[in-house]
Amino acid sequence: MAIVIIPAYNEEKIIGRVIRGLFEQGLKDIIVVDDGSADGTAAEAAATGVIVLRHEINRGQGAALETGDAKARLMQADMVVHFDGDDQFNPADIRRGIEVMNEKKVDVVLGSRFLDSRSHLPWPKRKIILPISRWVNFVFTGCLLTDAHNGFRILSKNALEKVRITHDRMAHNTEVIRQIRKLGLSYLEFPVEVRYHTYGQGVVGGVAIVRDLLVGLFTKFF
Amino acid sequence: MLPIQILLIAFFVIAMVKVAVKNYKGELSIGTTLSWIIFWIIAALITAQPDLTSSAAKLFGVGRGADIVVYFALVGLFFMVFRLMVKIEKLNREITKVVRDKALM
Repeated sequence: MAIVIIPAYNEEKIIGRVIRGLFEQGLKDIIVVDDGSADGTAAEAAATGVIVLRHEINRGQGAALETGDAKARLMQADMVVHFDGDDQFNPADIRRGIEVMNEKKVDVVLGSRFLDSRSHLPWPKRKIILPISRWVNFVFTGCLLTDAHNGFRILSKNALEKVRITHDRMAHNTEVIRQIRKLGLSYLEFPVEVRYHTYGQGVVGGVAIVRDLLVGLFTKFF
Repeated sequence: MLPIQILLIAFFVIAMVKVAVKNYKGELSIGTTLSWIIFWIIAALITAQPDLTSSAAKLFGVGRGADIVVYFALVGLFFMVFRLMVKIEKLNREITKVVRDKALM
């Protein structure tokens, strides 16, 4: 079975809509990981009948995804879909993504905002922040992707077994790509639509990610 | 020797003894203990013979003794801060493991 993992933090107003959007696509196996929300995110999600895991304190999106992955492994999932809980992704992209994965027989499908023209990014993101992040991503992973920071991904059973997210906050995007390359997993990029309600990572967020990546490199030494 | 030098060296000796005691009690690793003892010995030597810094400065091609002390101190401080950042990250990851285990129960 394909399990959709939704990391969510303070999304009580939207999480119901996100889950129903997935139900409409025929996706019933869902795990919501409530990352220490201060509002009713967990209750709203539980009311829809999906599995809800709860972090007692906020740990970050990377940590929430890994918790979801851990549960999916226990449930013997055939594949997992990482899907943001802020209603910015289009659930119709999941079905297409799974088809592509089965057709091309790759281990990982990575979402990209730049392979079609459905996503309209604020211009500082498009012209400045994302080109820089593509380059930073290349330095840390050796992979030049069209979209270096996209939370939409589909992992095959093989990839789910091998990939372990250790960066708690937003550096997981780069970390997963790095692991894919190190483990020799096959991957391809796939067009996804992102509708912006909130800005996401700005310059400060980007700098924090680079800092986290550098500190992470040294955790084995100190 | 000036009174200030005697006072400072006495302080450094006390610091060294405290570090040695902590190591004896098993509260500090041997690496950390040796690092701190060497640090306090150098501090004591420089306090007893400030001209040593001028000799060291000449050796490294730097202008004044005080300058070379500052350069080394800065590098040492940056290194210590980075090490702390890494340790905090490791602590964060351990907290996440505990939080995750509870979430999966």
